[in-house]
Amino acid sequence: MGRYALQRLLGVIPLLFVVSVVVFMFIHLIPGDPARLIAGKEATLEEINGIREQLGLNNPLWQQYIDYMGRLFHGDLGNSIRSGLPVSDMLATRVMPTIWLTLFSMGWAVIMGVFIGIISAINRNKWPDHVGMITAISGISIPGFWLGLVLIQIFSVELGWFPTGGVDSWSSYVLPSLTLGAGIMSMLARFSRTSMLESMREDYIRTGRAKGLHEFIVVGRHALRNSLIQVVTVAGLQFGFLLGGSVMVETVFSIPGMGRMLVDSIAFRDYTVIQALLLLFATEFILINLLVDLLYGVLNPKIRFDSK
Amino acid sequence: MNKLLEVEGLKTEFKRAGGNVMAVAGLDFHINSGEVLGLVGESGCGKSVTSLSIMRLLKGTPGQNAGGHVKFEGKDLLRLSENEMRKVRGKELAMIFQEPMTSLNPVLRIGKQIEEPIRLHLGFNKAKAREHAVHMLQLVGIPRASEVMNDYPHQLSGGMRQRVMIAMAMSCHPKLLIADEPTTALDVTIQAQILDLMKRLKEERSMGMLLITHDLGVVAEMCDRVVVMYAGRVVEEAPVKELFANPQHPYTQGLIRSVPKLRQKVKRLESIPGNVPDLSHMPQGCKFAPRCAHVMPECMTTEPELLAVGGEGRKSRCWLTQQSEQKGGSAV
Repeated sequence: MGRYALQRLLGVIPLLFVVSVVVFMFIHLIPGDPARLIAGKEATLEEINGIREQLGLNNPLWQQYIDYMGRLFHGDLGNSIRSGLPVSDMLATRVMPTIWLTLFSMGWAVIMGVFIGIISAINRNKWPDHVGMITAISGISIPGFWLGLVLIQIFSVELGWFPTGGVDSWSSYVLPSLTLGAGIMSMLARFSRTSMLESMREDYIRTGRAKGLHEFIVVGRHALRNSLIQVVTVAGLQFGFLLGGSVMVETVFSIPGMGRMLVDSIAFRDYTVIQALLLLFATEFILINLLVDLLYGVLNPKIRFDSK
Repeated sequence: MNKLLEVEGLKTEFKRAGGNVMAVAGLDFHINSGEVLGLVGESGCGKSVTSLSIMRLLKGTPGQNAGGHVKFEGKDLLRLSENEMRKVRGKELAMIFQEPMTSLNPVLRIGKQIEEPIRLHLGFNKAKAREHAVHMLQLVGIPRASEVMNDYPHQLSGGMRQRVMIAMAMSCHPKLLIADEPTTALDVTIQAQILDLMKRLKEERSMGMLLITHDLGVVAEMCDRVVVMYAGRVVEEAPVKELFANPQHPYTQGLIRSVPKLRQKVKRLESIPGNVPDLSHMPQGCKFAPRCAHVMPECMTTEPELLAVGGEGRKSRCWLTQQSEQKGGSAV
């Protein structure tokens, strides 16, 4: 396992390099002069030249890349074109709400999704399966903004159990997490049902039963672990998407997260912020993929032995 | 000799869209303790379904029990609750399967999989279960047994995996082992090793065995008595030597003739013409009649009973053998 993990870890390095180059080039690939863009429409030539000098845009490209990476390692992501504030400070306040929202949404979605999937699979074509799959189809079909508004109407306005928005307390995360996790839960329920049904048909399930094992153990120990491999793939991808922030849920529940930050920065052509977010999202995806690969290794011994 | 397992009128049907079909249509046979009974027949004749019906492992297949009795040491397994049945499975009644490559769970270590029934049925603690598991692996001839305990199935060869399956099945000292084509998926040399191993273990532990196979060589090597199945029915039953020396049923005769012989030069290997009938389109009379070389008018209309013919412990389901028996003449 150690060897496999090391291989995966080392594999991440070239990926991160490519990402950093692409993100660095981003500002140079925008049509026009970056210095003029940053300075704004009304800037004088002198001001533009000053900015160009300040950002080192006169240096050769490789020199600029090295400088950029040097600043990155010191946590300097540049300043926002729009507000002039350091992007790292702006991010600092935006990252945590998104991370919490992601963790809570994924948490309940994975637990409930896999649970519904298992129950549906072992009761295939019976009523628990129908209930589970109707729930799943509803979860996938109901648009998030609508679900969010309905939840607010019922649980905030009528019952007053949870706040309508913001991130002032942990209870503010309940409704957004429910909204955001519903689709993912449904998808995972369907995936785990299918892969459980597949595992349950395997010969080793029959062996387990022939040993006299309780059906609970046959399902929980023998079938589930084999079917989790597929579930981890789907869950990992979704996790990556959620870490990018959900514009819809953040808007409905007024959560200051990264999804809205990205949309705002695009609306105002705040290139340094876009650049920082790009870097962050790409890195997040790479790390999630790494995590998924490592989980594969844990779940499937064949994968980690084949790396030898 | 006391009867260890008695199967009486066992029926298993398959659920199908156009109506249920009988895969096992009223099977009768028994196994004495310490005896190896061979269950022989072509693919699709209901051998495996019979074994799964006895173990009540039809869950996950389209099959379901449709009557009959399976008496194991006098108690009817088909009448036990699922809880009671679980205590029999893996303990008194163990099973090994045809596909050693897929019958072990790929994500669990060998040790863990062998320890499972030991801890469950013998109530051993972890350390003692492990010790017993290592002992079982040594017993089935696995070298470096304690290292193999930590291996995963994919690290072992097919023969080794089948040894693991045998070790697992034998771990709780079963009184009856059901082996469903245990050597079919293995190389010939490994086949011989596995058969030797099973024979040795069976003798050491005076255990009964139901050996399901389509390989008459394996039958001759291993079995005391043989039951020949065709289309979900027993067509002939006989002690092994007599079956090969003087087969009564035309189907058995065909099976034996279709085995290549070392000292005989033949241009073409004999075969039984035609195919096993479709379960949903069974012939009305004798199920073998459409393929039989000795077919008579009554064969097409009425199915013969399985009756004692031609000697001690012999039975045949054939009009011809039964008629010649009555006339006191020799069979076919």
